[in-house]
Amino acid sequence: MADSYYDSKDLRNFPKISEWSEELGEKFFDYYGKVFEKGALSEREKSLIALAVAHVVKCPYCIDAYTQDGLQRGITKEEMMEAVHAGAAIEAGANLVHATQMMKKYNKLSH
Amino acid sequence: MATKSLLARKKRMAKAEEQLKFLSNGIFNEEDLPTFKDKLKQTEDLPLKPNPLEILQINLGYMCNQVCEHCHVDAGPDRKEIMTKETMEECLKVIQQTKAHTLDLTGGAPEMNPNFRWFVEEAAKIGIKDFIVRSNLTIIRANKKYYDLPEFFKKHKVHVVSSMPHWTKGKTDKQRGDGVFDKSIKALQDLNAIGYGMQDSNLKLDLVYNPSGAFLPTNQAALEADFKKALKADFNIHFHNLFAITNLPISRFLDYLIASENYEDYMYNLVDAYNPAAVKNVMCRNTLSISWDGWLYDCDFNQMLEMKVDSKVQHISNYNEAELQNREICVSQHCYGCTAGAGSSCQGNVV
Repeated sequence: MADSYYDSKDLRNFPKISEWSEELGEKFFDYYGKVFEKGALSEREKSLIALAVAHVVKCPYCIDAYTQDGLQRGITKEEMMEAVHAGAAIEAGANLVHATQMMKKYNKLSH
Repeated sequence: MATKSLLARKKRMAKAEEQLKFLSNGIFNEEDLPTFKDKLKQTEDLPLKPNPLEILQINLGYMCNQVCEHCHVDAGPDRKEIMTKETMEECLKVIQQTKAHTLDLTGGAPEMNPNFRWFVEEAAKIGIKDFIVRSNLTIIRANKKYYDLPEFFKKHKVHVVSSMPHWTKGKTDKQRGDGVFDKSIKALQDLNAIGYGMQDSNLKLDLVYNPSGAFLPTNQAALEADFKKALKADFNIHFHNLFAITNLPISRFLDYLIASENYEDYMYNLVDAYNPAAVKNVMCRNTLSISWDGWLYDCDFNQMLEMKVDSKVQHISNYNEAELQNREICVSQHCYGCTAGAGSSCQGNVV
């Protein structure tokens, strides 16, 4: 057994999750594949969204995968970092917007 | 960035034998990954046989003015292997009799061969349909004696295919050396100025993209659109097609993969991306590669690994196309590079 919770080599085995639940696994991978096909958004745009979300959900596998995917698509490091900041700003905003609740509660309890 | 070839630096991966040994050990020996032959067997493509010959690729020598990080030839200014005029004369005899419709000159920088212009003039007289020179672009700006190369190419209706790893200076110079981007842009502008690469022009100018690191190229059409948009907007440069080429794990790129500890992941990626449809059109099936000293290979990569054709005919001095068509193509694990995803060849994707 590896002595850490995350092993980058585990990503290679991701498709094997279908072996223990074939129908759900296949449905997931079909859906996943379809989501990242070119649609109203380009594959490039979707790759940058995935990279930003990968950071928000703090998934090291996803960060490895979408950094590589971005490189393959010719996405520059400046574009990648801006995408990460977009995710980080929403995350910070989601935190800070709760301050309105704090302010409301504070004001209600104070006189 | 290195300024000398692996050979001059006496590195282990300068030797074909060491590279082949490395590619057959480790992950391919411990049965983690199937060898390329096993994979061909699984998809019923073994033995791999040639299709009708379409392309003769001639390597005029390994000397080059650049020392690119990924170079599969291990080319550079210190390489002295150069095709002689006598061997060129033998090549001309082959070009006269071949059924191939495309002649593809490569190197090194083929223009650095002292008999390059003579050879192009003689070969152009034979009237082959598509006459390609793989130019690294910077050679055109490297020395005054090369400044008129665009006009020379135009005179002989040569199809120019040039490397350009990215539309930004940083990425290009990192892979190909400081100053390469600016010189390449100037060379492309010179070529555009005389009609190369312009819409509806019959002076063909194509670019070759290969990734600047341990990752595979993606969608060739999307990359072409990005390159066209950026080069037009930033430098008013035009070109016809972009060929996306996968870096094969040999020579300098293999050395880089090992040193950066990316070798294993890269090979897993290549094997995962194996596409039987790409095997149908893989370059070695319609190409013959001729080395600077006249030996015959299934492709330029096999040439660098010193894997001569498996045939009674192994040298242009006794060239026999019919006999060569009966051969079996020699493969090893580097071949996964040409069968990944949409495939890879000197003409880009194959599916």
